[in-house]
Amino acid sequence: MAINLYYYASPATFYQLSGKLIPWFGWSAAILTLIGLYISFFVAPTDFQQGEAYRIIFIHVPAAWMSMFIYLVMAFWGAIGLAFKTRLSFMMSRALAPTGALFTFVALWTGALWGKPMWGAWWVWDARLTSELILLFLYIGIMALWAAIDDPQRGDRAGALLTLVGAINVPIIYFSVKWWNTLHQGASIKPSGTSMHEAMLAGMLIMAFAAWFYTIAVALYRVRTLIIERERNSEWVKALTGK
Amino acid sequence: MLAARRRGDWLTSQFFFVMVASMFPLGIGPDPNTLRMIGPGVVWVSALLASLLSLPRLLAEDFRDGSLEQMLLTPQPAVLLALGKSLAHWLIYGVPLLLISPILGIQFSLPAEAIAILMLSLLIGTPILSLLGSVGAALTLGLRGSGVLLTLLILPLYVPVLIFGAGAVDAIMAGTSAESHLSLLGAILVSTLLVAPWIAAAALKVSIE
Repeated sequence: MAINLYYYASPATFYQLSGKLIPWFGWSAAILTLIGLYISFFVAPTDFQQGEAYRIIFIHVPAAWMSMFIYLVMAFWGAIGLAFKTRLSFMMSRALAPTGALFTFVALWTGALWGKPMWGAWWVWDARLTSELILLFLYIGIMALWAAIDDPQRGDRAGALLTLVGAINVPIIYFSVKWWNTLHQGASIKPSGTSMHEAMLAGMLIMAFAAWFYTIAVALYRVRTLIIERERNSEWVKALTGK
Repeated sequence: MLAARRRGDWLTSQFFFVMVASMFPLGIGPDPNTLRMIGPGVVWVSALLASLLSLPRLLAEDFRDGSLEQMLLTPQPAVLLALGKSLAHWLIYGVPLLLISPILGIQFSLPAEAIAILMLSLLIGTPILSLLGSVGAALTLGLRGSGVLLTLLILPLYVPVLIFGAGAVDAIMAGTSAESHLSLLGAILVSTLLVAPWIAAAALKVSIE
């Protein structure tokens, strides 16, 4: 069965669909968070090098993954919107940005908390930390640009252009630990296998999925608000609100 | 297209460049060793700020009197317009800044070869600032508080230029070759030259509608 994407690209139908999906994603996020936290605190063994302090990885790594991934998704929707002039993809891009900024901030914050006991410093100017900080600045810049432009169409397209320009930063962050000799440790998970204990890996992956579902739920919620706001003069919204 | 008609206008950003850089010795103290250490970074940061100061005027005047719209309506592609605007900005902002920079180098008691590399890195680096800046200026055209917004949008994109530009001078002072930094700076210049005018042209069309 082929899903008609054009059908769901209409804000009205997507509004209905997202309304049905939000509880599913929201609840899975909540349940996965509980399982993930249980594994991270009680099941995963103590690290032989870093002791108990390493447990912040269960927040830090998923947040850092999401911060980069959300940016790429934003850039993707921005590109789709610019290419096909679809209203909904711009709204998706807008809805994702605050969550992305939040995760970037969380990644930096937990990184600082982790860095203090491990490296003896809250912050060092190494390549990965700096590029992640630039990512946060990019998120803030994009949101400021959206906030400054009153005309939604112009704001959408200007924001999408800026998002695309900034997308070059994401691979730099991702490969920064490979390209430069940094204080930040390299990736533990590689296509060839992982250097982590299974329970640690499971906890981290479950937390990553929890972060993912949370993002989807929150982004859908936000996009619904945007749809209602933008389509407030259309027939179906008037029928929905009974005015 | 060259907006050099108002002399006071474009000289301000050069004076700004000199003044910002001169504030640092006053704030930090006149020890030559410290100054030599921070000199390249300070000159480069001042160059970034000076470019941001001059960017809003790059398009704003033409936008206000409507000539920008007329230029976009001409049969010439908008990319050429964006490229021309970046070139104009560089001629007015970058070239004078390049000529002033040795004086600042002396202020920070940099050795002669470091000053030469500083000028070379500014020569390669400032066109990148103008090209990237034209994207930002086009995006923020005619907005409220566009100056601050421009800073927010463009400074993160300037970071690589700053790192490699100041890094080149640091490398020569540390006794190694500045070639790798300068090559990377050159690579950034070539790639922005290829991409930025198109994005700026697209942004102009978005902003003008």
